[in-house]
Amino acid sequence: MSATTASASEPLRRFLQVARGAGLRVSAAEGIDAARAVQLIGFADRTILKDSLGLILAKTPEEKAAYDEAFELYFKRDDLGAADEAEAPAGGANNQVVAGEGQGDGQGQGLGRLLEQDDRAALATEMEKAARESCIENIRFFTQKNLYARRILDKMGLRQVERDMEALRQSGTPEGLGRAQFLEGRLDQLRDSVRDFVERNLILFARGETEKFREELLKSARLSNLERRDLDRMRVLVRQMAKKLAARFAKTRRRRLRGQLDIRRTMRRNMGWGGIPFITVWKQKRIEKPRVMVLCDVSGSVAPMSQFLLMFLYALNEALSDIRAFAFAGSLIEVSDILESQPVEQAITKIMETIGFGSSNFGNSFADFEEGWMKDVTNKTTIIILGDARGNRTDPRTDIVARMSERSKRIIWLNPEYKSAWGTGDSDMYRYAPFCNMVTVCNTLRHLERAIADILEDAA
Amino acid sequence: MNDALPPGLAPLDSIEQVDQGLSAAGYIANRQISTAIYMAHHLQKPILVEGPAGVGKTELAKSVASWMKLPLIRMQCYEGLDESKALYEWKYGKQLLYTQILKDKIGSVIGDSDNLSTSLTKLHAFGDIFFSKQFLEPRPLLRALEEPAGAVLLIDEIDKSDQEFEAFLLEILSDFQVTIPEIGTVGAIVPPIVLLTSNSTRDLGDALKRRCLHLHIGFPDEKLEARIIASRVPGIDERLLRQLVSFVQQLRALDLKKVPSVSETIDWAKVLVLLHTSVLSVDLVRDTLNVLLKFEADIEAAGKQIAGLTHKARADAGVPA
Repeated sequence: MSATTASASEPLRRFLQVARGAGLRVSAAEGIDAARAVQLIGFADRTILKDSLGLILAKTPEEKAAYDEAFELYFKRDDLGAADEAEAPAGGANNQVVAGEGQGDGQGQGLGRLLEQDDRAALATEMEKAARESCIENIRFFTQKNLYARRILDKMGLRQVERDMEALRQSGTPEGLGRAQFLEGRLDQLRDSVRDFVERNLILFARGETEKFREELLKSARLSNLERRDLDRMRVLVRQMAKKLAARFAKTRRRRLRGQLDIRRTMRRNMGWGGIPFITVWKQKRIEKPRVMVLCDVSGSVAPMSQFLLMFLYALNEALSDIRAFAFAGSLIEVSDILESQPVEQAITKIMETIGFGSSNFGNSFADFEEGWMKDVTNKTTIIILGDARGNRTDPRTDIVARMSERSKRIIWLNPEYKSAWGTGDSDMYRYAPFCNMVTVCNTLRHLERAIADILEDAA
Repeated sequence: MNDALPPGLAPLDSIEQVDQGLSAAGYIANRQISTAIYMAHHLQKPILVEGPAGVGKTELAKSVASWMKLPLIRMQCYEGLDESKALYEWKYGKQLLYTQILKDKIGSVIGDSDNLSTSLTKLHAFGDIFFSKQFLEPRPLLRALEEPAGAVLLIDEIDKSDQEFEAFLLEILSDFQVTIPEIGTVGAIVPPIVLLTSNSTRDLGDALKRRCLHLHIGFPDEKLEARIIASRVPGIDERLLRQLVSFVQQLRALDLKKVPSVSETIDWAKVLVLLHTSVLSVDLVRDTLNVLLKFEADIEAAGKQIAGLTHKARADAGVPA
């Protein structure tokens, strides 16, 4: 069937690119659907086209808004271009043929003449054409603006015009100088409008991309290096990631084990029928939400990381059955109450004020934990320790960690330092490692997401 | 090309026809909705309908079915819904009964074979009779595929089902076929028109969204709402209609826990007609407000502004004060 295999027509292909630029996720399959839809209804009726493509491309209210905007921007532009193109061949057909053959020269003369005649419509058409040839839809960053403007001007035959102007000036006649000056003025206007044009296209094609790029960058930036102005965006990102994980793991699930009859319960259910098993009951596996105790180092170097870990975990609370948080530096306190009573951002400042920014003493802190809370650790508890394991040459008290490991389901140690730094200087990482079920580097949002997904996954 | 289609599907030539067909069935659609139905039919894709409760998502499916004279097969989703309730189930009781009944006949089947292997061979000759279509209880999804003239399949409130179930739907939605291990793959005789509705209580997976056309039905504007009410409450006075629509539209602009949707407007219109109202008055509105608003707090909040809203509604409809 030709409808399914039809390639997206050129305007549609470019529009899909615009839509992607505006932040819509348009997969190849959706592209094909869009092409089929266009084949069905055509480009003629813009409102129907808009509705139809909207049905296929935009899947959330936010996407709908982005889509509407992109559609208006793109097809408004396209309308102008199309109108111009429709008129252009009448007057400019020869011109274009020459331009095609003679390359720069022909185009240069064309451009010079157009400038002199001040034929705006034809200039706009030329500009569109040159832009298409220089692949303006690939523009991504504002730093590329000049590059693209230059390319478009070159394609339109700027060099030749400049050469002509030079020749006119050389000629020395007043008439020549006058014309050169005239051209110069027009050329400036053209430059402005090209720059304007490129800017509009940048907005069109790259807005979503730039946002995405920044977010990607933030996700893999070391959390300790973040700038203050990025924090807000990070919070949004953390919440997004947490929401995603929570949606995946939120329910206490029972998984039916297919094919394994629960004989005891089947007999019970069917007693009414004299034990003939009319209704079967299958064995089920219950999947429990993890209980988490998290011990966060809040001393200077690790503090930013702790902040994000806590933020993450508290945003996840629907996927966890019970979470208790502890903060430590020189000594250890429970901070669950503070975190529950206040929004995470404020709570963290408060915690930092109470205990943070001292030099850390892991041994001491673990001793505090054993004394106060070890009794609450059960074989269902997952203990997460976030710290660099640098105890300033104090006793690491690995014996306590060993006991924690025995009592708990598992210990996961997240270390913001790179592996190469473990065990150097006062780092006790390798002394703790044998008692942990997992030790992993964790210093970007990506790492954090992965580590937490692992924790939830294991519980499943 | 219409000759090739079953009679019910014939009038889907243009978006206008969809529009007319739906309004003949009593559903006043806006252009987006008609476009969606048109595209769903021609691209053979399911439609995912989202929007607040009571704007006519389910009603749309019913109207499409009644207009196209196709059976409507409805599947209500809920947590814990699984394939045995959605797709098919073996009639276990029947299987068991039959085996009990046939137990006595086993001798004649096996006959005089004297060893195990020959009697087994004889049994095999009967094939998998107990796992054939006779013992299959088709549930909504399978029924929709087996309808000879096609059907309208409404998968209601998909957001209430589990993620696993959503994944399970993918095969049906993209290929209109399901796989039953004991029988094989069952394809649709005529691809049904599938509508899924969602109130967005949770985010649906990308895979599901990608396979669907996505239609968002919001609250209608004043003109459309008036047309909807006029079609649903025949015989309503023109002037009253304008007043009540204007009132409801204003009510939606307030900060309420649950704003009234179209179904509530229809109920209210019916109530007002029953009461032989022709002009809205403050007292009347106060007495009947509980038809529109379902939360005590909302009724209280709106109650304070009734006078102003009623006045404006009357002015909009050109009723002399």
